[in-house]
Amino acid sequence: MSRDNLNRRRFLQSTAAAALSAPSIARAQGSAVKVGVLHPVSGALSYSGQQGRIGAQLAIEDINAAGGIKALGGAKIEAVLGDAQSTPDGGNAEVEKMNSAGVAAIVGGYASSICLAASQTAARYNLPYIVDVGVVDSIVTRGLKNTFRFGPGFGVIAKTALDNLVAINDAAGKPAKTVMIVHEDSAFGSGLSKLLNTQLPERGFQVLEVISHPTPTRDFNNVALKVRAQNPDIVIPANYYNEYVLFARTMQQQRVRPKGIYSVLGGAASSYKFVKEFPEAAQYIMDCNHWFDPKNQKALELKKRIDARNEFYTYEVYMNYSCILLLADAIERAGSADRARIIGALENSTFGGHLMPYGPTKFVNGQNQGAAPVNTQVIGNDIQVILPASFASAKAVFPMPRA
Amino acid sequence: MVSSVILVPALLNGLMTGAVYALVALGLTLIYGVLHIINFAHGALLTAALFAAFFANKLLGIDPYVAALFLAPLFFGIGYALQRFVIGPAAHGEDRNILLVTLGLAVMIENALLYAFRADTRTINLSYAFDVVEIGNSFLAVPRVVAFGVVVAIAALLWFAMRWTDTGKAIRAVAKEKLGAELSGINVAHIYAVTFGLGTACLAVTACLLIPTYYVNPHAGNAFVLIAFTIVVLGGMGSVAGAMLGGLFVGVVESFSGLYLGESLGQIGIFVMFILVLLFRPSGLFGERA
Amino acid sequence: MKGLAPIATVAVLLALVPFITASNAVLNFLVMAFLIALAGQGWNILGGYGGQYSFGHAAFFGTGTYVTAVLQVRYGMNAWLCFALGIAGGALVGAVIGGLSFRSGLRGSYFALVTLAFAEVLRIVASVAPITGAGVGTLIKLDLRPEAFQFQSRAPFYWVLLALLVVSLILTRIIEDSRFGAYLVALRENEDAAKALGVDTTLVKLGAMTISAAITAAAGGFYAQYFLFVDAGIAYGPWISVEALLAPIIGGVGTVFGPLLGALVIRTLGELTKIVAGDAPGLDLVIYGSVLVAVVAFAPRGIAGLIERVRGRLTPPAAPSLERSHG
Repeated sequence: MSRDNLNRRRFLQSTAAAALSAPSIARAQGSAVKVGVLHPVSGALSYSGQQGRIGAQLAIEDINAAGGIKALGGAKIEAVLGDAQSTPDGGNAEVEKMNSAGVAAIVGGYASSICLAASQTAARYNLPYIVDVGVVDSIVTRGLKNTFRFGPGFGVIAKTALDNLVAINDAAGKPAKTVMIVHEDSAFGSGLSKLLNTQLPERGFQVLEVISHPTPTRDFNNVALKVRAQNPDIVIPANYYNEYVLFARTMQQQRVRPKGIYSVLGGAASSYKFVKEFPEAAQYIMDCNHWFDPKNQKALELKKRIDARNEFYTYEVYMNYSCILLLADAIERAGSADRARIIGALENSTFGGHLMPYGPTKFVNGQNQGAAPVNTQVIGNDIQVILPASFASAKAVFPMPRA
Repeated sequence: MVSSVILVPALLNGLMTGAVYALVALGLTLIYGVLHIINFAHGALLTAALFAAFFANKLLGIDPYVAALFLAPLFFGIGYALQRFVIGPAAHGEDRNILLVTLGLAVMIENALLYAFRADTRTINLSYAFDVVEIGNSFLAVPRVVAFGVVVAIAALLWFAMRWTDTGKAIRAVAKEKLGAELSGINVAHIYAVTFGLGTACLAVTACLLIPTYYVNPHAGNAFVLIAFTIVVLGGMGSVAGAMLGGLFVGVVESFSGLYLGESLGQIGIFVMFILVLLFRPSGLFGERA
Repeated sequence: MKGLAPIATVAVLLALVPFITASNAVLNFLVMAFLIALAGQGWNILGGYGGQYSFGHAAFFGTGTYVTAVLQVRYGMNAWLCFALGIAGGALVGAVIGGLSFRSGLRGSYFALVTLAFAEVLRIVASVAPITGAGVGTLIKLDLRPEAFQFQSRAPFYWVLLALLVVSLILTRIIEDSRFGAYLVALRENEDAAKALGVDTTLVKLGAMTISAAITAAAGGFYAQYFLFVDAGIAYGPWISVEALLAPIIGGVGTVFGPLLGALVIRTLGELTKIVAGDAPGLDLVIYGSVLVAVVAFAPRGIAGLIERVRGRLTPPAAPSLERSHG
């Protein structure tokens, strides 16, 4: 179906007098199952949104190519694309349209604020909503039955990051004692920084200073100055791609070389793009972030396909890919495109066919229990997984060798 | 707390960052001082210039400093054409309409770039991008030092042009008294367009100066607009010297308030200063009495 | 347009919409349009009638949003009470900013820029202050009861907002007909002359700003209840400052229905361009921007002005009448 037709149909359906508010009708055998794919593809978050959309679309293509939803007679999945325009009200409006278009479920959102608004609206229609990335804990603590988060939230990320930091530090003979945190000042940076700031002292680290900066930040020279002046053993950045790159480059320029740069959800720290474009500044940077299972064949094949398209294999791609696979599995087991049945299927899902190092899914109050970030490090020209050991492809290099 | 060791480097940082802001503000102050319009499209045009500088390097292999030599005239032409054939006619001379037109243009340019080039953040890697000049405690990045020098040179050039060339005098005449200027035979529409073109040319040079250390994406230019407005008001609308000195001043203020209040809250320093200037001396440091 | 009859007609017609369509997508679309219209109604009092263009109405919208949200979440106060306090808070902020600006004699672009700066200051403070939740923002608990100013279905939200909008329309009408309104328009046309005639222009401007801020703050408070999530960028970001001024300018400044017309046109345009452009990111906004420029080029007095022009062509010229909607 051409895009124009799809859009016109969506618009007409949403303004027609007989509107569909909560279709619980099981689809006729063979007819397509509509799935809402919601991302901020325009506005400030457009890069991440576009990457997420690519991942979701590829997954849908692959499922359809492999025969669609077998329990529904080979029904194909039809993507209903939505642009959240990087705002919660944008996401909200798209959910309404997707609902009117009769989607069976929605995947995506990316930004926490968009996910919060979108999943809440979806809840009105008992529409299953699978969060692709959004990390704030409140996404799964609102008691919404329709909301499922496949990836980890703040709490788990902060804990894993600290556990791994302690492990790496211990393994090297505890050379690091002091820390500085540099974070961006919106939802994810602030939230993460708060958790880290409280928990680091409990683990035996001294936090010298916490520096917050806005997104966008035009210049990091003063931040680099402060880091150089206080000389922490470890610098912990938590920000988006652009700021991360500027910060890393500025540190290189200012000859700031701590014992380790240990980012948590670092915007570029585990980005192939960053490594490719700034190999020097990227060397030995560690990140605790979303990452695919390096031993998973499907994940590696997808990477090849993305590389062949001259794009970068970023976490938005494989997380959305996995979320679609998860949804397809739920639809198969539910044996129908009925929203309530899909929610039920997700609730008791034990899906292991995804690309992430989480093990089979297990949702408690909407949160996938096995979801956790992974530690990576840029070694040579590649990004290696250094922890957990079961997925590791290299050993951590710590402290960073002096230039 | 904040040790004295970093005060001098912070000052120097502020001056260098301020220089870049000053060049953006130079363009804006000319446009504002003469056309009396708040150019909403300034940020988007800077973004477009950044893309131009990027592609000049990526596709044609031209060093940004060299690219500035032909991008400046190119963007002058673009600015001239925009004002002469789009903004001027569409606005029917009403301030309110100019606001809308420049806003519409800003949306168009930014999203055209998004549509054409996607949202990826792009950077270029130059061999000298990480070279530094060491002055005492401070490591000054070479591209930023160069930028400082270039901006001062351009500001001086513009100042002289305003004073001594016929076009410069015509621009100042139109800024001061449009009707009178028209009656003396000056083609106001042409002068408006020239001024807009000059403003856009400044953006082209800014882009070339920024790109060794900054990045390019469809939203990159927006970060500089508010601060440029602050400088325009601080320095006095229409004053070249004001934009230059105001830029340096704002850069230093930003640097120090960031140092003492943190980068997030520190941004407040600029705006509080902006408000104070507006409330107590709206004509700015060098502007005409309001 | 004399009298309250047109407002009553529009109110009744709009109130019937939820009975005509059960589509939540339509209701949601209208809610967003009305939200912008309400914010624009506020702006219009100061900017349309008073001629003082503010670029920082986000300052009032955001105050309404945050006061409504924070008082509920941190102090457990009743949502409706918080909403009312949000309006009061917005009015207070308006009075302060207006007081400072007008006493310094700021006019025209200087005034516009100072409002912009105030909005930015508030945004920065909100993004770091613990009470607003700083970067993480404030999440209002889901509690779908009318007492908590939350509703199970979209329709009650729609009606509440419509009521607020109608109140603002009536208020605008009253101001238009009052002496205060006459002073306001007089100082818009020529401030010095008005002063010479004995109008206390500073006080009038201050009054207009306070009312203007209160109305926009109401829009902000409603936003908080509708979306249940607020952060500094949403509350005090430039997006709402721009939308609040775009709607009246497109619809016709200094007219009662201008902001509503403008908001509907802008939002509809947004939807149409999405359909035409398909899924390509950015293309719809390129079209949107060019339509904006085209509208200005061909309808410089906004939609209301267009209507007047058309009406002027259709009716034969009687006695020369004063043009109502000014350029």
